[in-house]
Amino acid sequence: MTDTSRPGVRDEEILSLEGVSLWLSGREILHDVAFSLRAGELTGLIGSNGAGKTTIFRVILGLETPSAGKVLFAGHPRQRRSKSIGYVPQSIGLDPDVPLRARDLVALGLDGDRFGIPLPSRSRRQLVDEMLEAVDAQGFADARVGKLSGGELQRTLIAHALIAKPRLLLLDEPLANLDIRSEQEVVGLLAKIAKAHAIAVLISAHEMNPLLPVMDRVVYVASGRAASGPTEEVVREDVLSALYGHHVDVLHVHDRILVVAGKDETHHTELERTHTVVPRGLG
Amino acid sequence: MFSGFMVNAWIVATMVAVVAGIIGFFTVLRGSAFVAHAVPQAGFAGAAGASLIGVSTLAGLGTFAAISALSIGFLGKRGRHDAVTALTLVFMLGLGALFLSWSEEYASAIYALLFGEVLGVSSNQVLATAALGVVCIAAVVILYRPLLLTSVVPEMAEARGVRTHRMELCFLVVVALVTTMSVPVVGALLMFSLMVGAPGAARSFTGKPLSALSLSVGISVAIVWTAIAASYETDWPVGFFVGVLGAVFFIAGRGWVAWRRSAAGRVDSTGHLATGPMQPATATGMNGEPT
Amino acid sequence: MDAVLTSIFEPGFFTSEPVRVAVVVGGAVSLVSAVVGVFTVIRGQSFAGHSLGDLGTTGGAGAFLVGANPLWGFVTFAIIGAGAMELFGARRPRGRDMATGIVLGAGLGIAALFLYLGTTQSNTTGATITILFGSMFVIRASMIPVFALLSVLALAVVALLYRPLLLSAVSQDIASARGVPVRVIGALHLLAMAVAVSLSCVTIGAILSTAVLIGPAAAALRLTKRPGLAIAWAAVIGLAVTWLGILLAYDSYYWPPAGRGWPVSFFVVALILVVYLLADLANGQKARRAGPRAIASDKGPGVVAGRAWPSLPPEPGAE
Repeated sequence: MTDTSRPGVRDEEILSLEGVSLWLSGREILHDVAFSLRAGELTGLIGSNGAGKTTIFRVILGLETPSAGKVLFAGHPRQRRSKSIGYVPQSIGLDPDVPLRARDLVALGLDGDRFGIPLPSRSRRQLVDEMLEAVDAQGFADARVGKLSGGELQRTLIAHALIAKPRLLLLDEPLANLDIRSEQEVVGLLAKIAKAHAIAVLISAHEMNPLLPVMDRVVYVASGRAASGPTEEVVREDVLSALYGHHVDVLHVHDRILVVAGKDETHHTELERTHTVVPRGLG
Repeated sequence: MFSGFMVNAWIVATMVAVVAGIIGFFTVLRGSAFVAHAVPQAGFAGAAGASLIGVSTLAGLGTFAAISALSIGFLGKRGRHDAVTALTLVFMLGLGALFLSWSEEYASAIYALLFGEVLGVSSNQVLATAALGVVCIAAVVILYRPLLLTSVVPEMAEARGVRTHRMELCFLVVVALVTTMSVPVVGALLMFSLMVGAPGAARSFTGKPLSALSLSVGISVAIVWTAIAASYETDWPVGFFVGVLGAVFFIAGRGWVAWRRSAAGRVDSTGHLATGPMQPATATGMNGEPT
Repeated sequence: MDAVLTSIFEPGFFTSEPVRVAVVVGGAVSLVSAVVGVFTVIRGQSFAGHSLGDLGTTGGAGAFLVGANPLWGFVTFAIIGAGAMELFGARRPRGRDMATGIVLGAGLGIAALFLYLGTTQSNTTGATITILFGSMFVIRASMIPVFALLSVLALAVVALLYRPLLLSAVSQDIASARGVPVRVIGALHLLAMAVAVSLSCVTIGAILSTAVLIGPAAAALRLTKRPGLAIAWAAVIGLAVTWLGILLAYDSYYWPPAGRGWPVSFFVVALILVVYLLADLANGQKARRAGPRAIASDKGPGVVAGRAWPSLPPEPGAE
């Protein structure tokens, strides 16, 4: 095991974006985005479609280079691609006939980038079984990946990403195609994984309520701008109104939060860097 | 049918079948139907040109196949979906026809290159085919895992640092090599049936990757051996048997899948009832394109 | 001046009967293919067009085997193919490409057999070439009425269905909601395509027929986004490349290396490719002058691709 894959110390800063801006084809896609992720924490990247969530993912993965700002991974400048970041896409197009079982897909997560044909080994099989157990996938381990339901495939992909012992796990809209029960299962699973393996988990979603029970921090994105911090400090009318550039109402209904566009349009104000975001180092 | 000049034909045909079965497995996995059409057609033009100027057909075939494969690789997604590629391919066929129209054996040469030819396998061809076959198999053995990974979950592979683009190029080069080996035997137009029919059938019967690969080779060999034997006996073109048998096996596979599905309700290939509601696997990759 | 003209139009060009027939029939066929092709490309069914051409190979070979006129073979199999596509759905979800390709492969294998049997039976070797690569100069003048009729039929279908075809190309759902019988429209379009393709199988050859179906159309759509104008452009391009191809083929009779003339279908296909590339270039220049926003970006979310209606869907042989 290399150095970058040792189990993270809790609260250690895994990823940090500082003043990241990105211009593409003459448009500013991201403006001055800053947040950090810690080991053992589950962070929600919340925003509507087109707000910039996917772009932020791409920046973290090194698929886009910021026009300004820095991306630091465990304190070091971001290398182009790294095995220490696990990525689970929203869904993958799969033929029902693809000749891979769930356990094969998970096994590929272990060494899919190494050359050669895998020799059957007990330790390999054991690791795969462990991972399958961790995501509760033993029931369909031998089923074809193309035949799995949305939730089952989701868990398989998580196991695939997890088996490589990443320090950071990115999930792109994992809840989008799931029913309520699967949603709750996946959310609980991800929280468990974050704590148990001391990795930083970043989940993007356009709806934050399913994540509220487990979210340690939130990064709220709108129009390429972001506000980050603990949920109760970011999801507030003043913060979000400044972010959106017009008035929004934040309503608390029982244990859910609703962000509603308000009626009057106020002039867009420049988001100050240290406005209401809790300075890094706390929280 | 096993004596004399036919020995060479059998050897070459077997090698072609094995390699086509292996590469076809990945072709189907990657959904590269287009590549399986395009490269043989480009190769056809090269072979026609080569026979015209008296150079080895394999050389012409290989050159054009390699160029077209790499062009597809470098033009990337844009090249694949564009009218240019379709028109260029048709142009390749027209070019091949042009070259052959200048030669004396216009009709028979066209026929052999498009639909396959059993006879006339020289010892040189055996050596060349063997060399190409060894290279192809070695490449697949080395690249097996990353190729598998980038074929099934390209975005995740990309995120891990596997260079998907390089894998694609390697794959395309191997396809070019397979094409060079196979077109003289099965024909440029029927190459697709061999490369896709066998693995398409194999994946219907088993869900384990290595088993599917082996079965793909097995079916491919069965198809080619039958085609050669039948062609020898009846004088009918090899391509006919390859095309029809490829379809037969493929349809048999589909039929098997459909029969199992209806016979046992919603049961997956291991016999377990699939848990949870079935969700459609819609996909939008990180690039925002449908995957 | 005379010398220039004679070098362009080799002697005998205007008096040669086969040339006249070729100009009339070839021109008409290319016109029909180009016009129908515009709808094909707009509806993203270029692959279907290609498949019909391959099926045509089987049909033509079969007709040849039984001694019938290849045109009837082309037409029959193309229409059967169109019917099958209609039944199984002409849209292409992922994975359908493989299955279609396999079935077409069987068809081509059967074509190979028919050609073999036919050539050994009748002891003629030219049939393979004719069916695969066309025979514009050997069309009998007596066939002109048939070609005319079929051409008019195909054109009439697309003329009548002009608006519903375009609407359902944009969105099947919107069209249905407005009362357009999308399935019927789709079937009729496939029929028109089948007729157009079988006609061009005779002139250009079954293997190359795709070029005259989608080539002029694709080029026209590069030059303009307005459907009516695109149809006009496609028709002009189709006619031009065909007539120029005929001219070049005629002139090439004494060209090296074989003194037999170069195949006319080669010229047509080559010219189509050239025209398309030019049209693409012209489009690129236009887009560059219009500014960065108009250039389509193929990666990166949040970037607006300058798309006009109707946008070019994924093209033939794709995936």
